[in-house]
Amino acid sequence: MENLLWIFVSAVLVNNFVLTYFLGLCPFLGVSNSLETSARLGLATTFVMLVTAICAWVLNTYVLIHAPYLRLICFIVVIASTVQFIEMLIKKLSPALFRAMGIFLPLITTNCAILGLAIFATNRGYGFWEGIIYALGAGIGFTLALVLLAGLREEAELSSIPKLIQGTAMNLIIAGILSMAFMGFAGLFSST
Amino acid sequence: MKKNESYEEFIKGVWRDNPVFAQVLGMCPMLAVTNSAINAVAMGMATFFVLVGSSFLVSSFRNWIPKQVRISCFIIIIATFVTIADYTLLALVPKVHKELGAFIPLIVANCLILGRQEAFASRYPTRLAVMDAIGMAVGFLVALLSLGAVREILGDGALFGVKLFSENFEPWVIMILPPGGFLTLGVILLFFNWFKFKKDEFLEEVAEAERSGR
Repeated sequence: MENLLWIFVSAVLVNNFVLTYFLGLCPFLGVSNSLETSARLGLATTFVMLVTAICAWVLNTYVLIHAPYLRLICFIVVIASTVQFIEMLIKKLSPALFRAMGIFLPLITTNCAILGLAIFATNRGYGFWEGIIYALGAGIGFTLALVLLAGLREEAELSSIPKLIQGTAMNLIIAGILSMAFMGFAGLFSST
Repeated sequence: MKKNESYEEFIKGVWRDNPVFAQVLGMCPMLAVTNSAINAVAMGMATFFVLVGSSFLVSSFRNWIPKQVRISCFIIIIATFVTIADYTLLALVPKVHKELGAFIPLIVANCLILGRQEAFASRYPTRLAVMDAIGMAVGFLVALLSLGAVREILGDGALFGVKLFSENFEPWVIMILPPGGFLTLGVILLFFNWFKFKKDEFLEEVAEAERSGR
């Protein structure tokens, strides 16, 4: 139990996917211009991560033991098709949820955070529940970083910023400062 | 004329449409592995191999790949080349492979590579597609190297592992930690903004002068 909690907190704060591992930067910089969109993107990403964790576990346990060199191709193909399938399922079963996640679902599949999650979980030899908890933590951490940046960017819209620094340059510097703040969490587990 | 065309595609990727500085693509590996110059070079070479190889294959097969499933085909081709690169690096330079870790397989998800297949390689003949891929890959390598060099010099006082400064130099440890990546790239992009700003201003002045001359 303690181990699972540790995995969760570490994925959310200490080893935040965006701010420490630099995964999923494209949506992080591209979509984070409004709070609502980024919260929805975060929700959808967390969901896809959970699906990915399950897929990765199944693949690792039953298929890839026999052919480790197919890992990358298998992960990509299986994850992408599963996500597409689930997207159709959600569209049929719950249109409200589908609207909330919207067009993000298919786009997320090519997000490097998803593949990164599968690879990290494999490299660390996580079991089924550990994988799920890790995916949940990573998803929440991604959402947290996205929402924080979106909030800061919305504030920045209202202030007068020199034309020279506007755009990606400013977002990167904001992200750098956020990342520095998250480094403070690194000491959280020094005793263990 | 033909030679010029290829050259044009090449130089476009290196400078005018530089994948990182002008298009802001491929950010994830860009920031994650540039804490030292040698890692940056290894990453750049791996990306070079994957990009050129998959551009070549995609543009050779562009008339056979059905439109509806093209993205999946591209991804499978790219994933194959990444697997080759992954195992080659593991065999040749195990130490660098260990440091890059999960970021070699993650080349698959580099939007730069898929972007080039979709936007260029699937529409143009092989020769141009390969030139375009080489240009983009060199541009990417230049960007990785400039970021990696700055971070290693400031964060470690060294370049390619060779110490540059005397003992009195206090390394800026923050530069090799994650925040340093964001800050360095932010500042470099700032330079590019400034450069573009000046150029626009200059062009405007020229246009103004021409108009008043008439």
